[in-house]
Amino acid sequence: MTAVTDTTHHDDHRHGPAKGLMRWVLTTNHKDIGSMYLWFSFAMFLTGGAMAMIIRAELFQPGLQIVEPAFFNQMTTMHGLIMVFGAVMPAFVGLANWMIPMMIGAPDMALPRMNNWSFWILPFAAVMLVSTLFMEGGGPNFGWTFYAPLSTDFAPPSTTFFIFAIHMLGISSIMGAINIIATILNLRAPGMTMMKMPLFVWTWLITAYLLIAVMPVLAGAVTMMLMDIHFGTSFFNAGGGGDPVLFQHIFWFFGHPEVYIMILPSFGIVSAILPAFARKPLFGYTSMVYAVASIAFLSFIVWAHHMFTVGIPLVGELFFMYATMLIAVPTGVKVFNWVSTMFRGSMTFETPMLFSIAFVVLFTIGGFSGLMLSIAPADFQYHDTYFVVAHFHYVLVPGAIFAIFAATYYWLPKWTGHMYDETLAKTHFWMSFIGMNLTFFPMHFIGLAGMPRRIPDYALQFADFNMIASIGGFMFGVTQFLFLFIVIKCIKGGEKAEAKPWDGADGLEWSLPSPAPYHTFTTPPDVK
Amino acid sequence: MMLLHTPALFHSIAERASNMKSASKLKTLFFLRLGWLVGLTGTFVSGSALADWTVNMTEGVTAVSRSVYSLHMIIFLICVVIGVLVFGVMFYSILVHRKSKGAVPQQFHESTLVEVLWTTVPFLILVGMAIPATKTLIDIYNTDESEVDIKITGYQWKWQYEYVGEGVSFFSSLNTPREQIQNSRIKNPNYLLEVDEPLVLPVGKKVRFLVTAADVIHSWWVPAFAVKRDAIPGFINEAWTKIERPGIYRGQCAELCGKDHGFMPIVVDVRSEEDYAKWLVERKEAAAKERMILEEDWPMDRLMTTGKKVYEKTCAVCHQVNGQGMPPIFPALKGADLVVDKARVGDHVDILMNGIKGTAMQSFANQLNEAEIAAVITYERNAWGNNTGEMVTPKEILNYRKNGKYTPDPDNKTVTPFVNTKQAGL
Amino acid sequence: MADKDDKSPIDLSRRTLIRSGLVAGGMFGFGFAMVPIYNVFCKVTGLNGKTDPNPYNYNAETAKVDTSRTIKVQFVATKNTGMSWDFKPTVTEVLVHPGQVGELEFVARNPTEKQMIGQAIPSVTPFQATNYLHKVECFCFTTQTLEAGEEKVMPLRIIVDQALPRHITKLTLSYTLFDVTTMGERTLAS
Repeated sequence: MTAVTDTTHHDDHRHGPAKGLMRWVLTTNHKDIGSMYLWFSFAMFLTGGAMAMIIRAELFQPGLQIVEPAFFNQMTTMHGLIMVFGAVMPAFVGLANWMIPMMIGAPDMALPRMNNWSFWILPFAAVMLVSTLFMEGGGPNFGWTFYAPLSTDFAPPSTTFFIFAIHMLGISSIMGAINIIATILNLRAPGMTMMKMPLFVWTWLITAYLLIAVMPVLAGAVTMMLMDIHFGTSFFNAGGGGDPVLFQHIFWFFGHPEVYIMILPSFGIVSAILPAFARKPLFGYTSMVYAVASIAFLSFIVWAHHMFTVGIPLVGELFFMYATMLIAVPTGVKVFNWVSTMFRGSMTFETPMLFSIAFVVLFTIGGFSGLMLSIAPADFQYHDTYFVVAHFHYVLVPGAIFAIFAATYYWLPKWTGHMYDETLAKTHFWMSFIGMNLTFFPMHFIGLAGMPRRIPDYALQFADFNMIASIGGFMFGVTQFLFLFIVIKCIKGGEKAEAKPWDGADGLEWSLPSPAPYHTFTTPPDVK
Repeated sequence: MMLLHTPALFHSIAERASNMKSASKLKTLFFLRLGWLVGLTGTFVSGSALADWTVNMTEGVTAVSRSVYSLHMIIFLICVVIGVLVFGVMFYSILVHRKSKGAVPQQFHESTLVEVLWTTVPFLILVGMAIPATKTLIDIYNTDESEVDIKITGYQWKWQYEYVGEGVSFFSSLNTPREQIQNSRIKNPNYLLEVDEPLVLPVGKKVRFLVTAADVIHSWWVPAFAVKRDAIPGFINEAWTKIERPGIYRGQCAELCGKDHGFMPIVVDVRSEEDYAKWLVERKEAAAKERMILEEDWPMDRLMTTGKKVYEKTCAVCHQVNGQGMPPIFPALKGADLVVDKARVGDHVDILMNGIKGTAMQSFANQLNEAEIAAVITYERNAWGNNTGEMVTPKEILNYRKNGKYTPDPDNKTVTPFVNTKQAGL
Repeated sequence: MADKDDKSPIDLSRRTLIRSGLVAGGMFGFGFAMVPIYNVFCKVTGLNGKTDPNPYNYNAETAKVDTSRTIKVQFVATKNTGMSWDFKPTVTEVLVHPGQVGELEFVARNPTEKQMIGQAIPSVTPFQATNYLHKVECFCFTTQTLEAGEEKVMPLRIIVDQALPRHITKLTLSYTLFDVTTMGERTLAS
């Protein structure tokens, strides 16, 4: 982390992008890096998605058909890790790279060379992570939460590489987060006060703080694992005086803020899109900022709600239950604000709006199941069942993924200078919407009925809903190739996009021509 | 939906609705599920009494499980009501306030009053919710005055039940045949939810569970009791239940514990107090008998039949029924040097008793009794054309336990070549 | 933000980088600091039933025995995977008055051909009783080394504290025996 800004840096490329491959390797341009993040995340989305398809195919019917249980566990583990660290987080960083400088009137990110590094670590980390699948003993098979001692004393030899991959992904995220903080704090155009910043910028600022607070804790956890595996320490080994439950505390101290890292930028995206297509200002901007901040704060004091069944003393159990229930309050405020934004507006329903509305509805359903899960006694029945799987996919697929789709469609004209194909995009939306609900809604039922998560085979009473879920899953999966096609088609050509293609849109980025020039806001704009 | 997987549906109904006419239940079930899918409100219109196990949480058979169920339903209904209100306003706006209908956008964007309102009202609802939840939780944590204590130990991938102070202890593992899992046989109604020896408990007594594990973290879960407790190696956890109705209750391990996490079910056989007492006496006698078996004569064919059973239950998961393993992780036993070399009987016993550190081969010294270990070694040395003709006796294993090394018993005279034509594939 | 005007954005960014880097480094340290914090927390609350790894200082003369109630203390033993020793208590429960010393023995035998080191990890339920069950003498304070074939009788002396909440009438002391041959001999308190 020695990269610091180069004072001569901005002077030497007032011209356009360099030519050839080296442009991408050496680039310090926020738009180039943003694009690379987005493409990388899409590649990871397809990789993790392919694993999800294997999982759903195996679960299509009871019995073992396609894969062995050992490989199935590797698939569930890698699906989780890749989607979290490879797809969702880099996609948000990519959007931040592209949009934050343009939204606050900055010429680039504050630390452009570090920006290049933080991206280029990612492909290597991802290759290392995926390569564990081909090592002797297979890849990580202990779930994305990698509870010790399954992930230490009982883990495959490839775990060492898994730990290094996590370290690299963590360093990349921390560098990305620092860059975003530095950009937002220092490079805002004159007149762009904090309380004038678009909510996407606000949510990302808070997310970035969460990242630098908790990614190092994850790094600490995997370092302790590494030491337990190779250097004879006993952090998590009861036999040496350690404690496996300690691992869970450390992991979830990271893990709970982490799940908000994956949702807060979505709040910002939706808060930009809903007003644009309702042609009405966002309702309750200030309360939205405070709500995000309180959600971020609460995320640090609720972690043990993932551990209600490990045997926490009653007082601790009650504390974490109450704290978790409290999260419903700021989250509710946000949903009410969004609905009020739509109320008495003048709405049109282009694809970004469709994805945003789906976000509000489905994320709220995920929030409801989250509230149910916070009730500790009820959690004894829900915990580690498909009800939990349904819950976090309801908050992550419509929450993170749909918001990323919405953002892509919303800003594609700005990025490419072309309008995307609205008919195809709407098809993409409806197929994704139906596929997603078909996949994850029945999971509530099989979870309540008693199907544990992370099992390759199940009892017969779960069969029909699993089959529906698999069909929905395949539908959702196939649909994403359509998304790829739409994006490529839009890059290649299409109807010329105006500087501001959405008549209700608001923000500095729309004052720039479409496509946005390679260098923007080299002289800061005037913000009123 | 019904047409998609009729056999599965049939099984679930058969198990759940033994006292109802299948046809009418089927109809109810269909409408019930339709209700769930059409709208969130569908379920409570149908009524919780009809809620099927495959759609909603079970009410269970204990006071705790019923209060958990009612907590679940209350919070669910609150969510439904809030959902209907919020989505109602939203879809009203979507339908009415659209540009195509000539809606003119208003410009209001702030109101402190409503912000305060929709912060405090949800807060009060949450407080209302927390009160019954706290009560139930306090109840769940009160393990005082238990009458029966069961120590539950999770192993990869089976459960051990010990009746504390009674001297009864046994392993309980999946007994669904491999062929059903591999889809070459029709699956039982209780597919994957059946074990060789269930936990037997008395009805109406406060039973305390002491939950721990011997390798990785497991979680012991029986939905009908609303008991789910993590089994953590090195530490002991408590839970309790008081079951109201005799019957068979099924559950599964709920914490990812490795390869066969999905294959370590829990079956609890709840009996009347007299039946339980009777069973306990019989079980103690059986345990004594088991110890006596060791002193008995074990001819080759008896070792082979027992060995085949033990092998298929315990070893075939990794080394496969045909002994060919899944190299390189699970080595083949067919023709393996260790298994056919006469000089290496001692090593063979060693490995089975102590496992191989750092590999998937675990120690079976605590999991199998002497007779089972002797039988399975004998079986491995003679099955699949290995045909060494050697035999290891329970007594030799007993001596191994005492002395820590394998010494052939002078009484073990059987060296007649033994060919199992079926296993050798002839 | 106050000094935004007198420093260039690049200097400010460099400062943000250093500060945020320090925060990240500090949080990495905090991850490790959670280990002792957690241990103190466990000790105070009895979380996980972790007992004091040091002998209880018992004074027979000042100790008052509360004969008004009798506590049942159960003993259970678990062998962790890979541990081939025989390991069990000679009695599965004792009845004691609070303040009175309860004595029993555990027997361990190493049936293997090589020297092995074992470590017994104690755990108490219910958790709220953890701090009220004292061990005057316990084989769990240190590792136990057994030669090939050796059998060892290990005494255990416990006292239930007089301040034990009255609603608790039954305690369970569990030992899980781990094979720590590769880790060597040590005391648990370290």
